[in-house]
Amino acid sequence: MALDHVLGRSPAVSAVTETRGARLLLVAVAMAFLALFLFLPLVAVFIEAFRRGTGTYLAALAEPETLAAIRLTLTVAAIAVPLNLVFGVCAAWAIAKFEFKGKAFLTTLIDLPFSVSPVISGLVYVLLFGANSVLGPWLKSYGIEILFAVPGIVLATIFVTFPFVARELIPLMQEQGTGDEEAALSLGASGWQTFWRVTLPNIKWGLLYGVLLCNARAMGEFGAVSVVSGHVRGLTNTMPLQVEILYNEYNFVAAFAVASLLALLALVTLVLKSILEYRFGDAIAASNGH
Amino acid sequence: MEVQVKNLRKEFDRFPALDDVSLGIRSGELIALLGPSGSGKTTLLRLIAGLETPTEGAIFFGDEDASRKTVQERNVGFVFQHYALFRHMTVLENVSFGLKVRPSATRPSRQAIRERALELLDLVQLSGLEKRYPAQLSGGQRQRVALARAMAIEPKVLLLDEPFGALDAQVRRDLRRWLRAIHDTTGHTTVFVTHDQEEALELADRVVVMNKGRIEQIGTADEVYDAPGSPFVYGFIGESSSLPVTVEGGQVLIADRPIGLTATDVPDGKALLYYRPHDIELLDGCGGCIAGTVAASRRVAGTRRVELEVGGARERVEVELPIDHPAAQKSRIAFRPTRWKLFPMGEGRPEEKMSVSRSQPLQRELAPAEF
Repeated sequence: MALDHVLGRSPAVSAVTETRGARLLLVAVAMAFLALFLFLPLVAVFIEAFRRGTGTYLAALAEPETLAAIRLTLTVAAIAVPLNLVFGVCAAWAIAKFEFKGKAFLTTLIDLPFSVSPVISGLVYVLLFGANSVLGPWLKSYGIEILFAVPGIVLATIFVTFPFVARELIPLMQEQGTGDEEAALSLGASGWQTFWRVTLPNIKWGLLYGVLLCNARAMGEFGAVSVVSGHVRGLTNTMPLQVEILYNEYNFVAAFAVASLLALLALVTLVLKSILEYRFGDAIAASNGH
Repeated sequence: MEVQVKNLRKEFDRFPALDDVSLGIRSGELIALLGPSGSGKTTLLRLIAGLETPTEGAIFFGDEDASRKTVQERNVGFVFQHYALFRHMTVLENVSFGLKVRPSATRPSRQAIRERALELLDLVQLSGLEKRYPAQLSGGQRQRVALARAMAIEPKVLLLDEPFGALDAQVRRDLRRWLRAIHDTTGHTTVFVTHDQEEALELADRVVVMNKGRIEQIGTADEVYDAPGSPFVYGFIGESSSLPVTVEGGQVLIADRPIGLTATDVPDGKALLYYRPHDIELLDGCGGCIAGTVAASRRVAGTRRVELEVGGARERVEVELPIDHPAAQKSRIAFRPTRWKLFPMGEGRPEEKMSVSRSQPLQRELAPAEF
């Protein structure tokens, strides 16, 4: 303020304000880019899917192999997301509320799936459970199939989607500290009561947000799953893999029909995310004012 | 409930935060732990609560060894510095929490819990706000909710960590009187931590002055102010000045000249003379006095504080004068303390004592200037 006064500026005008033309140009470039690279492809997916009418669209989705792919994708997400929810809360709890040796290492490790190419994540499991590995033949002798079967797909999905919940919770729990938990304990609550009545309500919005992102990625994952799945039709094909197969067979309507379901999932996730951010933002503001 | 702290030691990463601390708290007493940052006062409070485990030593609640119990079993009411109210619960739910989480055998009925919580909210003058959320309350109101919540479990001891630290000065003064009134009504044995000496002296039955993980002195407000037991207490509580002097045959000397003070119970040798700037008399001639050159003068509320340079080493001391006293215009002032104390700089720990006197300005910064 004082400086503004010295410089003879009105304090209402920010020093970094651009001219009107520059602002318009920036907005136009950003909008054009978004339209071209994000919005048009999305529209194209739906146009292609409905090119031969709703009947064909529904018929394409009702194909047994496609239905199997949808069922598999839902199954994998239903296993991977709850597990990552539990792992994520545990990891975030450990990192945010305790001091221990190797904490920095653990934090880095959680980010590993983000920094590794999904194909490598898949290959890791091939090396671990493949025919030439140590574990693979041993498990096979007990009749347990990991690779080119559902367990492999679940493992690869868990690996790839692990960071979402933990990443979301760590900063939130670190900011909240251990004060509320200490208060609950001093009032006589057991550890379990403290978790359910105090810790969980404090992180519920962040947790939901993390789960949503985790779910979107679990259903949409292609690279890692592609390596471990083996592409057995009707058995180990998830939705993204099914899209690829249909497309390679020049069955465009069916490919885009399945793709439209995935796109729809993305849209629903975005809407829910925005709603949560709105709510979550309020919760953060309330906790900061507290 | 009587609380006995016995030879308590607490180390964090081998650094002693508390070193051989013993303290007896009488039943129904309101006691203040006072000290600068890092003196170990909050650590001591958290150890009594069971939020930390002692490295050595024990804590007794009455005849019971509480140090073997968990925080849940100790049944203490703890009020956190930033209140730690549960933000997703209403005021009423916050206050009822401690009763609701009890095992069903000892849990009062739903109706009884509600009545007890409303009764407490009435006690802390928050009736009508029971449906609010913590975010909708002012700082002072949150403080009172935190207190009501802690009292709901009928604690053996009430522990408050910097209870007024996060509030502005006016609210702080009001709450202080109000807390004293609550204490006198309910009679809980209460321990509170503060770095604000005014708060400690005004509110507490007894003050525990802490420094560097040790207890320097325990006493009533009058005792710690009028008869400080160590150079640290002299420097930390109230205003004070200190001067290095020599004691010879019961006479106190500065630069080999007697200053008119006799000290019969202090051994010959170097010592530190402590006095308060307002406990002095001004002298005209200097046949046994402390004389100094005026270095600075500033007005503090209704008086004038004059800084003097004394002796060859130009030690700085302060004296307090009435606002329109003519001496304030002079360039040299001669005075003699009327109340003072000598702390011998013995063979034992002279450096530490010196450092205590040197670090005085720092300590005064730590205590908010609310005089």
